[in-house]
Amino acid sequence: MIEPSLSRDSADGHFLQIKSIVKTYDDVVAVNDVSLDIAKGDIFALLGASGSGKSTLLRMLAGFETPNSGQIILDGEDIVSLAPYRRPINMMFQSYALFPHMTVEQNIAYGLKQDRMPKNLIADKVVQMLRLVHMEKYAKRKPEQLSGGQRQRVALARSLAKSPKLLLLDEPMGALDKKLRNRMQLEVVDILESVGVTCVMVTHDQEEAMTMANRIAIMEEGRIVQAGTPRDIYEAPNSLQAAEFIGSMNLFHGTITVDAQDHAVIQTTEVATPMYVSYGVTTAIEDKQVVFAVRPEKTLISRDQPDSQYNWCHGVVHDIAYLGGHSVYHIRLDNGKIVYSFMINSDRFADLPTWEESVYVHWSDDSGLVLRP
Amino acid sequence: MKMSFRFSGVMFWFGMAFLYLPMLSLIIYSFNESRLVTVWAGWSTKWYGELFHDKDLMMAVWRSLEVAFWSANTAVLLGIMASVALTRFGRFRGRSLLHSLVAAPLVMPDVIIGLSLLLLFVSMADVIGWPQQRGLLTIWIAHATFCTAYATVVISSRLKELDRSYLEAAMDLGATPLKAFIQVTLPIIMPALVSAWLLSFTLSLDDVVIASFVSGPGSTTLPIEVFSSVRLGVSPKINALATIIILIVSLFTLSVWWLSRRKLKRDSKTI
Ligand SMILES: Nc1ncnc2c1ncn2[C@@H]1O[C@H](COP(=O)(O)OP(=O)(O)OP(=O)(O)O)[C@@H](O)[C@H]1O
Ligand SMILES: [Mg+2]
Repeated sequence: MIEPSLSRDSADGHFLQIKSIVKTYDDVVAVNDVSLDIAKGDIFALLGASGSGKSTLLRMLAGFETPNSGQIILDGEDIVSLAPYRRPINMMFQSYALFPHMTVEQNIAYGLKQDRMPKNLIADKVVQMLRLVHMEKYAKRKPEQLSGGQRQRVALARSLAKSPKLLLLDEPMGALDKKLRNRMQLEVVDILESVGVTCVMVTHDQEEAMTMANRIAIMEEGRIVQAGTPRDIYEAPNSLQAAEFIGSMNLFHGTITVDAQDHAVIQTTEVATPMYVSYGVTTAIEDKQVVFAVRPEKTLISRDQPDSQYNWCHGVVHDIAYLGGHSVYHIRLDNGKIVYSFMINSDRFADLPTWEESVYVHWSDDSGLVLRP
Repeated sequence: MKMSFRFSGVMFWFGMAFLYLPMLSLIIYSFNESRLVTVWAGWSTKWYGELFHDKDLMMAVWRSLEVAFWSANTAVLLGIMASVALTRFGRFRGRSLLHSLVAAPLVMPDVIIGLSLLLLFVSMADVIGWPQQRGLLTIWIAHATFCTAYATVVISSRLKELDRSYLEAAMDLGATPLKAFIQVTLPIIMPALVSAWLLSFTLSLDDVVIASFVSGPGSTTLPIEVFSSVRLGVSPKINALATIIILIVSLFTLSVWWLSRRKLKRDSKTI
């Protein structure tokens, strides 16, 4: 029995609960004990490298694969034992899988027809969906007569037509070229938000995940490494894997030498200068090995040696990648290690360091992160 | 450059002549006045008249068409089922065995297929009392058997390359697996089904060897009839019949070509 209180509960974070899902293929563990909570209206991105188990997890939500163990609870109902055609979930396939022998209209109407909806209601709904994705003019076309972006819109309309409780997107931009991709990312998010549907998407493109999703989970080898808002994951990765997966990072291996309540000092093996962070690091006493990480855009380059005894290193400019808005400096340290630093090009002809110039890279006390190796 | 062009042109016309001259002479001789096939004695259409009055021959034509029609239907139906088993259900025990078993009739000589089916029918008649005598039914069974092999090869190769997500998308939208297969998979692979059907139809219509093993009294098909009458001396009637068949086949091919061209044009217009 579902109490009203339970469904209100689902509105604050438990709309879709994935509990300890495991899926193995013969001897490959594709999804390894994954638990996730997804709130109503979320656009949730599963981000991970190839083979990390994203598609498998998505296909279990859709019902095409059966988990070895675990529960999937959607709006208070365990759906693991439901067949795909009985789940209130629709999926947009990576290849779109538009039926080639049906027109755009018939494709969108297909799901509604399966529900035995009256004909006039189906027609109304189809028109409404076509308007939603701005494809009114193409109702009578066959999929082969559409461009990639148009096909994607039709596929989206088809998967939204039944007003599913949960929408699944498998690599939604995978079949589009780069330019169209950026435009469609924003457009798809607009459409999803106007409908208000809860959505789980799969992608291996971090930029896409950060543009489209309001929550992200990073998967690696079948496990969730970290789940949170894009900002959380970028600014406070909880592990080396998460830190390396999103954006770029300068990493220094070292040991903790001072571990106080409000600060910590790390002595790295690669740079003479110790690293200082202005927050306490709770470490196990016997395991002092850590990785100090700092993002390139949080570092500054100067020609003079910084005053501080912490948080800087010295090297020469090895390479400069001019990217318009900013430049990426590759600084070669004295021991050969390369450190990256971003320089915002705010001044058109500023006197910036050039190749082979001796420079110092430094950063503030709260910029660095201490991670477990 | 010019030399090679001329050479390939000559080769082309030589090839065309090789393919079509026999047919052309057959058509011309079907209008021959003379009873002797090889002696020309002026134009006439009398053999066409005689053909339509030859009850045996006309019955044989009808019988052959009937057998071919039902064999093709059965072969396509069984071919679909075998292909689904071969491609859809992933790996099951004996899958590769089934694969080679299905394809075996392709490489088996017709004589062996015919003989083995004859032995089967005879012993079945002994043991379970059916089929009591050989006839159209046994020809149909025999043809369906070897046509299924061809149909399965055609259909399963199409099914194998078909993106699995079509079926999944249909199921995702609320169709049961069977409904999804009928409403989505079958229409998509329709061209393969049509070619499998036509192939089976032609093979069945064409077959002499297997049919002569399993046919019985009163079930002579057209190829057997033609074959046996040719041994007694070719009658120009056969030429007339052949001409009609050629006419039908070319009309059919031409209309298929015309339809597909029209569809292509219409599609490109709507873009
Ligand atoms: N049907 C299957 N049979 C056997 N192994 C499978 C099957 N499907 C997936 N796997 C394995 O499970 C693991 C996860 O695969 P999955 O397709 O979920 O990865 P993914 O994260 O979607 O990767 P990609 O980004 O390349 O699509 C892989 O090691 C893969 O080889
Ligand atoms: Mg995948």
